[in-house]
Amino acid sequence: MLEIIENNWLLFLIGQYPHGPVGGLAMTLFLAVVGLSLSFPVAIALALARLSSHRWLRGPATAVVYVVRGLPLIMFIFWTYFALPLLIGHTVGGVATLLFALVVYEASYLSEIIRAGIEGLPKGQTEAAKALGLGYFPTTFKVILPQVLHNMLPSLVSQFVSTIKETSLGYVISANEVTFAASQVNNQLMTQPFEVYGLLALTYFTLCFTLTSAARWLERRLAAERGALGIQPA
Amino acid sequence: MGYVFDPAAVLTGQYLDWFIWGVATTIALTVAAWLLGMTLGIILTLVRTLPFRPLEWVVAGYVEYHRNVPLLVQILVWYFGVPQLLPRAIRMWVNGHHSEFLLAMVALGLAKAAYITEDLRSGIRSIPKTQYEAARSIGFNYLQAMSYVILPQALRIVIPPLINQTLLLFKNTSLAMAIGVGELTYRTREVDSYTFKTFEAFAVATIIYLSISFAIMALGAFADRRLKLELR
Repeated sequence: MLEIIENNWLLFLIGQYPHGPVGGLAMTLFLAVVGLSLSFPVAIALALARLSSHRWLRGPATAVVYVVRGLPLIMFIFWTYFALPLLIGHTVGGVATLLFALVVYEASYLSEIIRAGIEGLPKGQTEAAKALGLGYFPTTFKVILPQVLHNMLPSLVSQFVSTIKETSLGYVISANEVTFAASQVNNQLMTQPFEVYGLLALTYFTLCFTLTSAARWLERRLAAERGALGIQPA
Repeated sequence: MGYVFDPAAVLTGQYLDWFIWGVATTIALTVAAWLLGMTLGIILTLVRTLPFRPLEWVVAGYVEYHRNVPLLVQILVWYFGVPQLLPRAIRMWVNGHHSEFLLAMVALGLAKAAYITEDLRSGIRSIPKTQYEAARSIGFNYLQAMSYVILPQALRIVIPPLINQTLLLFKNTSLAMAIGVGELTYRTREVDSYTFKTFEAFAVATIIYLSISFAIMALGAFADRRLKLELR
């Protein structure tokens, strides 16, 4: 097992770089960070649309969220794989395909978290802001969302973990991330699949477990903070 | 462009058969993995309640592994890795008996058990301890208190998350395509590569996935409404 690490650690970490494209764990992290960051504004827009009083905003947003929740991610990836090149008129690489599919997918799940957060805030917050003469946008962006985002920090970390795990689907469309790198190593070695995939699992575990633990710690801290302020969870 | 969207082209003859086989395999895999996950999930939950600390740690480790490693990687470990460790005779037998379906089922079921045991545990925990104490004080024994007082309430709380787990499991069976299980996504790709009717093939698969998912979601919403109860 040590020999596998010794000979392939660079491929695991950064792929073929500098002799080829960046890949491996670096690409996995890149995909997860960029994917979640890009999906964030989309998620806020979706959540606000779902809570809007306009039917023509609420309807489509609700439909998007339900369709995404009803489909396996892999279906999304294939749709992107076929449809995106047609829409933008030129070929798209595996990484960009995966990134696009991830943004849409994550945005829908994230929007549900944000929506629950907004609905969980005491109604008095909106009413007080309105009473002070604030319009919809200042109320939403200066009063409601800052509190919601603060409260949802642990969920955000958990969502980051989910995103990291979902990037492993890059393997299916040969996007150069760490699962794909491991399969390349496995194809070279042929005889030690348990060791190679075990190492891969260990890599993901170390990364994700650390983050999950951080999320739990944040959760406890926020709970303590609320306790100290005497705020009841709504 | 001269492209005509023609779903009928992928819903005839052998292609229709492939789709039907795909759906059947997806459902079979969901049901098999669900049963495995549920059984193991209940066992793990019971093991956790035993007053022996090391067992609790083992279960916690089990849960953390399955929640922090991508499901696809777990499937790859089972399909490529685990047979290497098996004695030759068993390996030969597994390989001769649709190993991909069997191993996908094991991977999906074991992963699901980790989530199910967490749901079950939080359901039981959410019943105040005083309920148990009250039941005991009016003369119920442990089993009676559990089966007449605690479990009926805990089940109400646990059913909605379990239905959600079923939905996730149903969608996750699509990952089995990566190891060649002939489920819906795999068959769709096959129809696509034989007919070049990419959009039709994927539209059909999408509609099938959505209808089953929406049915499960509707069941979940129904259960949520029916079972909601105010806890004191």
